[in-house]
Amino acid sequence: MGSITLKQITKSFGATEVIQPLDLEISDGEFVVFVGPSGCGKSTLLRLIAGLEDVTSGMIEINGVDATQTPPAKRGLAMVFQSYALYPHMSVRKNIAFPLKMAKLPLQDRDAKVEAAAAVLNLTDYLDRRPGQLSGGQRQRVAIGRAIVREPDAFLFDEPLSNLDAALRVNMRLEISELHQTLKTTMIYVTHDQVEAMTMADKIVVLQAGRIEQVGSPLELYHKPANQFVAGFIGSPKMNFVTGAHAQKHGAETIGFRPEHIAISQSGGTFNGIVGVSEHLGSDTFLRVNVEGMDSITVRADGEVALRHGDSVSLTPAPDKIYRFDKSGNAL
Amino acid sequence: MATTHSRVAARFMLSPAVLLLLAWMIVPLSMTIYFSFLRYNLLNPAIDAWAGWSNYEYFLTDPAFFAALTNTLLLVGGVLLITIIGGTLLALLLDQPIWGQGIVRILVLAPFFVMPTVSALVWKNMFMNPVNGLFAHAAKALGLQPFDFLAHAPLFSIILIVAWQWLPFAALILLTALQSMDQEQMDASEMDGAGPFSRFFYLVLPHLSRAITVVVLIQTIFLLSIFAEILVTTNGGPGYASTNITYLVYAQSLLQFDVGGGSAGGIIAVILANIVAIFLMRMIGKNLEA
Ligand SMILES: Nc1ncnc2c1ncn2[C@@H]1O[C@H](COP(=O)(O)OP(=O)(O)OP(=O)(O)O)[C@@H](O)[C@H]1O
Ligand SMILES: [Mg+2]
Repeated sequence: MGSITLKQITKSFGATEVIQPLDLEISDGEFVVFVGPSGCGKSTLLRLIAGLEDVTSGMIEINGVDATQTPPAKRGLAMVFQSYALYPHMSVRKNIAFPLKMAKLPLQDRDAKVEAAAAVLNLTDYLDRRPGQLSGGQRQRVAIGRAIVREPDAFLFDEPLSNLDAALRVNMRLEISELHQTLKTTMIYVTHDQVEAMTMADKIVVLQAGRIEQVGSPLELYHKPANQFVAGFIGSPKMNFVTGAHAQKHGAETIGFRPEHIAISQSGGTFNGIVGVSEHLGSDTFLRVNVEGMDSITVRADGEVALRHGDSVSLTPAPDKIYRFDKSGNAL
Repeated sequence: MATTHSRVAARFMLSPAVLLLLAWMIVPLSMTIYFSFLRYNLLNPAIDAWAGWSNYEYFLTDPAFFAALTNTLLLVGGVLLITIIGGTLLALLLDQPIWGQGIVRILVLAPFFVMPTVSALVWKNMFMNPVNGLFAHAAKALGLQPFDFLAHAPLFSIILIVAWQWLPFAALILLTALQSMDQEQMDASEMDGAGPFSRFFYLVLPHLSRAITVVVLIQTIFLLSIFAEILVTTNGGPGYASTNITYLVYAQSLLQFDVGGGSAGGIIAVILANIVAIFLMRMIGKNLEA
């Protein structure tokens, strides 16, 4: 229970095609993350799956059954929204119980399920508060609570953590991952934070301009990006790209190498340049090195590196970690 | 903003306006109170005879007073009921993406810009007239006896006219409230399995409660003093069937030339209005707290 198949679905708003013909298989129990830059159609795709928008063409199958015309409530999916979308005038208890009430569940069952969900999410003390009296993290948990009481076949999350501060985000990320371990329910999770994508996903779907660029496990995408876009999008800091003579030497239009795969020396490396900015994070140091005749190169060095602005360095990318791309950006 | 210093300064700066407003209110009010204790009839030159409470006694024991009181409450209540329910439905309709939305919205708003006297006259002569009115024609076309609205259901007719005038106001305020409804909440409720009716009662109506409160409060203020519509349609009649307190005060002081009695009635109207206000604030004022 909880497999979703998208067959050639498209979505247009007026004349603009926001989702181009797209196929995707999501199997039961998988944690799938949609990533992509802002405006690439992640939310739209999620809302199509939820049934909140109608597809322009194509077919959505849930559990092997055509659900393209099924209304949202009947699809057996639960959604957690970016703004939480809690009902402001209802207590937390009533918020969580709302889907059960709409399903006409008897009162005792409702209460039991709400209590159980509240216990899982550490909300028991807040059940009689209004959403307005909760912190962001607590609201987030209420929204998740409202989703889990329905015992859906799949959860849909639309950037659920983007309104939280960094520390809380790490916490909630872990909690959602744990929830997935316990419930073993399919989860589809939209984010543009690639750390979330890398850490949580079984499978990442990289989208750009309404197209799927690549589907794969986090490490697959990291090690074998299908094209320049994915290579640049996955990994932090971003992969360095070099064109021109250096690339030609490798028989490619563009070559790319990650900041963490570059050796630093005093001289004699492939690229010689001057340190522009050095960001000391404690554990790592990110150096932005300005090399004559090309874009600056980002290097990840260890935390104790003593290089600073104005120092000249020589850089050598690890030869087995160089990615090659052709004219249209596809990996060679 | 909230330092002691700035608060003192704020009070100081506000005082001219407050004093002016106070004088504006106090002078007529105290004159009315003063007149209400005089035997003051425009037909009788002996003006300054002290009357004690007799004006009040006379006004309150007049059978017309209770008729007028009931009429006032019926008028206010009836119009509020029609405008709130009708306004909500109209707002829901106007919120839909319909063709020619802009023009429809202007049309809906139009009655609010028609002067009360004019709209009452239009209703009286063009709609409710038992011979020439549209309703009479419609009734005749259906083979029914035309109904003389203003003679047989005067209060109801006035409620209808006033409700027609105030419907756009209610619809407009409720429409803006409706448009500030959070779309993600609506989506969430759709996912949660709420149908259109559940969504309306569990989400939309609570969201509208504040706007409804505002509409009720503002309309009540104006509806307690409805006058022009009564004057041009029924003159408070037949008998006292469509006389409200405001009209009774007018009849007392300007038709019977009894300024003392009219002033007493005016003071009683002020007291009644305050009682209504206290009740309203008790009942629905909590909706206004954020
Ligand atoms: N109702 C709509 N009408 C017209 N265009 C829309 C509508 N909703 C979305 N779009 C367009 O569709 C594209 C994809 O929007 P979508 O909300 O799916 O982006 P997203 O990937 O979720 O972005 P973000 O990360 O900023 O949330 C955008 O270019 C947007 O302008
Ligand atoms: Mg989005």
